Amino acid sequence: MEVDRFLTEITAAPGLSGYEQPVAKMIGATLVKYANEVRQDHLGNVVVLKKGKGELRPRVLLAAHMDEIGLMVTKIEKGGFLRFTSVGGIDPRTIVGQEVVLFGKKELCGVIGAKPPHLTDAKERSQAFTMEEMFIDLALPEAKVRELVSVGDVAMIKRKAIKLNGTSMAGKAMDDRAGVAVMLACLQELQRLHHLADVYAVATVQEEVGVRGATTISYGIVPDIGIAIDVTHGAMPGVPEYDTCKLGKGPGITVGPNIHPKVASELIRIAKEYNIPYQLETATGPTGTDARAIQVTRGGIPTGLVSIPLRYMHTSVELLDLEDIKQTGRLLAYFIASVNSEYVEELACF
Amino acid sequence: MKDLLKKLSETYGPSGREEKIRKVIAGEIKDFVDEVFTDPLGNLYAVKKGKSTKIMVAAHMDEIGIIVTYIDKDGFLRFSNVGGVSPQILLGQRVTFGNGVVGSIGVEKLDDIKKLTLDKLYIDIGAKNKEEAEKLVKIGDIATYDREAAVMGTRVIGKAMDNRAGCAVVIEALRRLRETENEIYAVFTTQEEVGLRGSRTSSYRINPDLGLAVDVTLVGDTPEPPALNVALGKGAAIKVKDASVICHPKIKAMLSELAAKHKIPVQMEVLTAGGTDAGAIHLTREGVPSGVISIPCRYVHTPVEMVDLDDMENSVKLLTAFLSTSVKMQEAFPCALV
Amino acid sequence: MLLIKKLTEAYGVSGDESGVRNLLREELTPYAEKIETDSLGNLYIKKGIGKKPRVMVAAHMDEIGLMVVGIESNGLLQVKTVGGVDERVLVSKPVVVGENHVPGVIGAKAIHLQKPHERKKPLEVEQLYIDIGVKNKEEAEKMVKIGDYAAFLATTHEIGDNCLIGKAMDNRVGCAILAELVKEDYDLELTAVFTVQEEIGLRGASVAAYNVHPDFALVLEGTTASDVAGVEDTGYVTKLGGGPAISIMDSSFIAPQKVINFLVETAKKLNLPFQLRRLTTAGTDAGAISQAHGGIPSAVISVPCRYLHSPTSIISLDDYENTLRLAKGVLMAIAEGGLSLEGFAEKIK
Repeated sequence: MEVDRFLTEITAAPGLSGYEQPVAKMIGATLVKYANEVRQDHLGNVVVLKKGKGELRPRVLLAAHMDEIGLMVTKIEKGGFLRFTSVGGIDPRTIVGQEVVLFGKKELCGVIGAKPPHLTDAKERSQAFTMEEMFIDLALPEAKVRELVSVGDVAMIKRKAIKLNGTSMAGKAMDDRAGVAVMLACLQELQRLHHLADVYAVATVQEEVGVRGATTISYGIVPDIGIAIDVTHGAMPGVPEYDTCKLGKGPGITVGPNIHPKVASELIRIAKEYNIPYQLETATGPTGTDARAIQVTRGGIPTGLVSIPLRYMHTSVELLDLEDIKQTGRLLAYFIASVNSEYVEELACF
Repeated sequence: MKDLLKKLSETYGPSGREEKIRKVIAGEIKDFVDEVFTDPLGNLYAVKKGKSTKIMVAAHMDEIGIIVTYIDKDGFLRFSNVGGVSPQILLGQRVTFGNGVVGSIGVEKLDDIKKLTLDKLYIDIGAKNKEEAEKLVKIGDIATYDREAAVMGTRVIGKAMDNRAGCAVVIEALRRLRETENEIYAVFTTQEEVGLRGSRTSSYRINPDLGLAVDVTLVGDTPEPPALNVALGKGAAIKVKDASVICHPKIKAMLSELAAKHKIPVQMEVLTAGGTDAGAIHLTREGVPSGVISIPCRYVHTPVEMVDLDDMENSVKLLTAFLSTSVKMQEAFPCALV
Repeated sequence: MLLIKKLTEAYGVSGDESGVRNLLREELTPYAEKIETDSLGNLYIKKGIGKKPRVMVAAHMDEIGLMVVGIESNGLLQVKTVGGVDERVLVSKPVVVGENHVPGVIGAKAIHLQKPHERKKPLEVEQLYIDIGVKNKEEAEKMVKIGDYAAFLATTHEIGDNCLIGKAMDNRVGCAILAELVKEDYDLELTAVFTVQEEIGLRGASVAAYNVHPDFALVLEGTTASDVAGVEDTGYVTKLGGGPAISIMDSSFIAPQKVINFLVETAKKLNLPFQLRRLTTAGTDAGAISQAHGGIPSAVISVPCRYLHSPTSIISLDDYENTLRLAKGVLMAIAEGGLSLEGFAEKIK
C-alpha cells in the first residue's frame, strides 16, 4: 500500500489511548504484508516481526505509537449534555466548535458546545474556554442519551486528513500515526535490502498518557536496539529555532542522555552515506516519547529517536510533509541493514 | 464488616511503617487462605491456590501521615508530610505515633490563613523540653490522625478509610470465596500513597495474568461538588480511567457484565487526577490487563473520610464474583490480531 | 584527598559521564575481579564473586550541567540545562564545552545595559549563552557542535577548617568513598556501581539494580547542608561537620526502620558522629533500586554538602572520612551477619 493512502486511512480511524483496537487492526493487517508475523500483546501493542537472514540475529525494535489524544465522558448532565475530560494533553481552546464522533452503544455524531458569545459579557469573552465549561451535544433527548451513552465512553474529533499544497498533509492523529507510516515505508524499503537483524515494528499504545505501551513491549521483546519514531515541533514564528525542525528537511535525529551516542552517530552516518536529509535535535533529559521507556527497560537498551517535523501538535490539523516520512523510512531501513552483532556488542562498551 | 472496618481504620499504618496494620490483616486472613508471606517492601501476600488464571488483587494498607524532622529545645516537633496531607486539614487535629504517643497540632501566629503551610505547624506531645520529647519520639517517627471510627447507619466516618475500606472488602471476599479454578494472590500493598511502590514490586514478584485493585474514589454528590459521576451509596464503582491507568476495556466489561448478572448496583468512574495500584500493576513486566473496583468515599485524605457499608457489600459481591469466574486467558485476551 | 580532587575536577554531565568513568576504571582496575559497563554507561566493579550475600553499593557519577542546543550567527552558544540547575547560579561562571573541553564563560547582558527592573529578576537560561571567544558561527562550529555537553570549570582545593571546595561534590564525594571501599576486601559479593543519569531521573540506577539484583543496596550520596545564614535551625537538612547523614525518607524512598536502626547502631559501635537527614524531598538512586525486581532492601548515607549543584560546593573532610568509615563498617557488619536479610521477607503461613 502507498504510504500516503495508508496515512490517510489510519489517521481517520479511531484509536484513543487505551482504546486503540480499531486502528490497531488496520495497522496490523497492512504492515504484516511486508513482514512474517503479527501479534498483539495484553496492553494492545501491535507487534509485527520481519525476520532477518543471519545466524546471529540482533533484535531491532521500532516503536511508533498509534494512540491519539481524545475525550472521555465524565458525567451526563440534565438535558443530555455530556461533560468530559481529556485523554492525553488537549488544548481546550482548539476543540470548541469541533464535530466529534462519540463511541457509545453505537457511533454517535456530536459537537462541542459552550455558552454562546451573545450570552457572555466582554470580560468573559476575553477568557479562553476551559474544559469544564464545554460539553458534547449529541442533539438527542436526554433519555436517548442515557440509553446510548455511559460515563467512560470516549469521543474523538471528526477529521479526515487533507492534502495541502505540494507534499504536505494535515489532519488529526498525525502524532503519531506518521510514525506508523514511517514503519510501513521502512518495511517496504527492507523488502529489497539484505538485513541480518530481526525487525520488530511495534505500533505502541498509550504513549500519550505516559509511554505505557512501550514500557511493557520493550520488556517483552528485550531488543538489542530500540528506536522510537515520533513527531517533533515544526519550525514556526515565535518559537526559537533550536526548539524546532523544519518541515521537508528530513527527520530530526535526537542526541542527549536518553539516546545512545553510538545509535545517534550511526543514524547520522547512514543519513550521510545515503544522501538522506536530517536535522539534529537536542533533548537534555528523558524525552517525551517511547524512547524514555525503552532505554531503561530491564538492564538497559541502547535507544535512538527519529522524529517527523510537524506543526500544530495535538490539534486536529497537525501538518507535516509526506516526504519526511518517506526519507525517515529509508533512513531506518538502511540503518537496520547495517546492524550486525559486532555493532550491538559495542553498544555496551563505554 | 462494620466491626472489621472500624478495627482496620483505627489501626496505625502510615506509608513505610505498615507493621501494625499488616499484623492485624494477617490475623484476619490467615485461616482463609493457603499461604501468607511478606516481602522487603512490607507487602502482605495471601494466596489461595488454584490451577488456572493467576489473579492479583491489590488493596493498599498504608495511610497518609506526618514525619518528625526536628525536635526543638522546648520539645515541639516539626514535621513534613508522608503522602498527600494538607496543612488546612491538619489544623486542630490530634495525631498519634505508632508507640501510643499522642500530640496536638499547633500553629505559629499567622496574620493570613492563606499563608498556612506545613512548616508553620508543629506537633505538641506535651513534653516540657527536648530531653523529655526525645524519650517519647525520635526524628523520623511518623504520626497519623488519631480518630475513632463512628458508625452512622450504613455510613462509617473515620480516618484511613482510604484504603482500609478496600482492605476490608478484600478480606471479606477472601472469607467468602469458595474453591475456584483461579489462583488468587491478594496483596495488601505498602507505600501506595507515596507512589504505588508496594504494588510495583509485588506485581513483579507475582507476575499475574490479571490485576485488580480495590481502592476508594472521590465522589461528586456533596454540595457544590466537582463534576464527578460517582455518588455515595449508589454501589461499587467500576473505574474507567484515572491519571495512573486506563483500565483494560475487557476487564471493565467483565465487571459490568458480572454486576448485571448478579444484580449488583454499580456506577462508572472516570477520575481526572489521582492514581491507584492498578497504575503500577498493569505496567509490570510484559503488561497485565488490569481493572479497579472503587469504593465511593467522601472527604478523602481527611480524618473524617466517609464510606457506605452497602457500597462495600456490593464491592465484596462484585469482587467475589470476579474472582470466582474462570477466565481462559487465550480466549479472553487473544494475541492473534488478524 | 587526591582522588576526590581528581574526581570533582573531571567532567561528567548526565548522559556523558565518560570523564569520570575512565578515571574510576583506571583507579580501580587493580582491585576488581570483574569490570563491566552497560548500554547506559553504568560502571560495575565486582569483588568476591559467588559469595553471599550480594551487596550493591551505588554512587552516581553524573553532575548537572548544560547542553549546547544552538549556535547564533555571532558564534555565541545557546544552551539548556541538564538536570536540576538553579538558573540563578549560572551567570558569570567558567565552563568547558564538548569532548575537547573548549573553555568558555557564561555571559549575559552587563548590568550597565540592564534597566533597573531587569536587575532584580533572576537571569533565565534563555537569556544566557556560552561565549567561547569566537567571531562567528563558522568558527564556533569548528570547535563545538550541537548536543555537546558543558560543565562548570572549577579547581578543587582546601578551604577553612578542613573543608574542601569545588564543583560536582554531588556526587563525586560518593564516588570517592565507593572507590575507597572497593580497595578493601569483605566476606560478601560486592558490586560497586558508579551510576549514570541520576540527576535526570535515577535512570542509570534502575537498570543497574535490574542487572545486579542484590540482596541489599547501599547508596552513597552528597546531600544538602543547609546550616547557613538565613535558614532557621528547624529547617536544617544536615549540618556540615555533623557526620554522615542517614536517610529516613526522600521523595523516592522510605528507609525500612530496621535498616535505619542498623545504620545507627553501626555508627554508635564505631563511635562515629552521625545525623539523620531531615529533608523528606529530593530523590536518590535508592528510589529506583529499592523498587527493582520484587523489591530490594536499601539504605542511603550522604555526605553533607553546602551549595549543592553549584561550582562552589563545600564539604567537610571530617564528614568524608566518617562517611567512609561508616560505609566500611556497614559492609563489615553485613559480612558478619549483622543485618538479617532473610527477615525482610517473612513467611507467616
